[in-house]
Amino acid sequence: MSGQSDPRGSTFSAAELEFLAEDETIEIVPNLRMERLSLICGDFGPFRPQIATQVPIWLAVALKKRGKCTIRPPDWMSVEKLTQVLEAERDSASSFEALPFHYVEISRLLFDDARDDIPDVYMVRSLIEDIKDVRFHKIGTGLEKLSSRTYAMKLNLSAMEVNVIRPFVTGGLETFYKLGNPDLIQESSDRPQHRRPQPADRGPRRELRR
Amino acid sequence: MESGSDKGTGGFSAMDDYETLISTTDADLLKRSWRNEKAAPEILQFESSLVERSRAQIQLMEETVEEFMNSGEDPLTVSLYQMDIDRTVFLLRSYLRTRLQKIEKFMFHIQKTADLWSRLSRQEQKFAKRSIEDMEKHLDQSVLSKLPDWYKSHLKQSGTSEEDDMVTEPKLDAFVICRSRKFVGGLPVDDRQVNNMSFYKKGWGDYIIYSKVKMKKKLDKFCGEENPLDMYAGDIYALRYKSIKPLIESGQLDLV
Repeated sequence: MSGQSDPRGSTFSAAELEFLAEDETIEIVPNLRMERLSLICGDFGPFRPQIATQVPIWLAVALKKRGKCTIRPPDWMSVEKLTQVLEAERDSASSFEALPFHYVEISRLLFDDARDDIPDVYMVRSLIEDIKDVRFHKIGTGLEKLSSRTYAMKLNLSAMEVNVIRPFVTGGLETFYKLGNPDLIQESSDRPQHRRPQPADRGPRRELRR
Repeated sequence: MESGSDKGTGGFSAMDDYETLISTTDADLLKRSWRNEKAAPEILQFESSLVERSRAQIQLMEETVEEFMNSGEDPLTVSLYQMDIDRTVFLLRSYLRTRLQKIEKFMFHIQKTADLWSRLSRQEQKFAKRSIEDMEKHLDQSVLSKLPDWYKSHLKQSGTSEEDDMVTEPKLDAFVICRSRKFVGGLPVDDRQVNNMSFYKKGWGDYIIYSKVKMKKKLDKFCGEENPLDMYAGDIYALRYKSIKPLIESGQLDLV
């Protein structure tokens, strides 16, 4: 099936992250009459014209594409809120503002399919772009703190941001862990030397194949 | 789908409060298992009853959709139901497929580790057995049969190897990114704390949790030294898989 991430990497693909974000709920105002939907992922509706209701984003987008509803963008997606967030992000060098876990994916989905439902869509869009840039710059600076003494790293970021820095963070921490592993150092001194050094039963393994 | 053992799914219920339990659908559980399976370096316990329930639900929904089509239900409604089925089918397929990829990669290791073997479903065990046979045959025919006796094993580099050093094993030392579902206090970050092992040596012990990247301002003071680690609900950390493995199995932490 398309959209599967690389089997060797444990990271999620962008399409898979979008898939996860599509399960977040959003408010819509339907313009059709439809009975309650009893889906595997939950019950939604009944849908009555002009009566707002909560549905998952994938359902909202499907209805929107057929012109059957308007989507109410979430509170955080207003020019006012986003301006505040952007200012706060710029003010602090190390802390991050609270945004939904899937803010990048949600805003992208709504920009693609519900442009006319977002007030000041160009402004909102450029604000989100700016916020993304500021945050990534801070993340980059934060990652410089990674060192051999790092045993855990707090990453209260959004899904997409975590996914982007994952290979670097996990790879970096792993390498530091290997280099700092006391077992490896003991290993070389108190084991008799074989014709060919054998990998230790503890500690990181040498990649023999590939 | 039947499983070789029925340890699955129950893992979540033991710790969940009543509230989260009743508000969690199988779709959510399946999503969580899918994410954990995708992000964990080793193969996890097969979620037999969850998979079975999901399959039953998919089948039921497909029958419903067919009935709708025959009874001339609004095509829009039908297509929405179909989309919901497609999403669940994707999750289930991807979950099973991720497991098959892991089985293919670590088949010899899984075979000789009883604990890992018991995590597979019956079908997966059958699949693993066949893959192992094929791989052994292939290695033997293409290379090993042409080598001197000393080097004929597909598990060892040569006769001097004390252990099976040609078997790919999952890297349990790998770091993973996880999110806590609720407060988890006193998290042992270092392996040595978990096992209380004797090879802890002075001089190597000053491990520091360093956190500079964070969201909540009130936690600014947190950066610096703190051991063991407290995780608040929704916190995301990069941690070593081995040290948090039990917490993932009990459902307190989710891999993201």
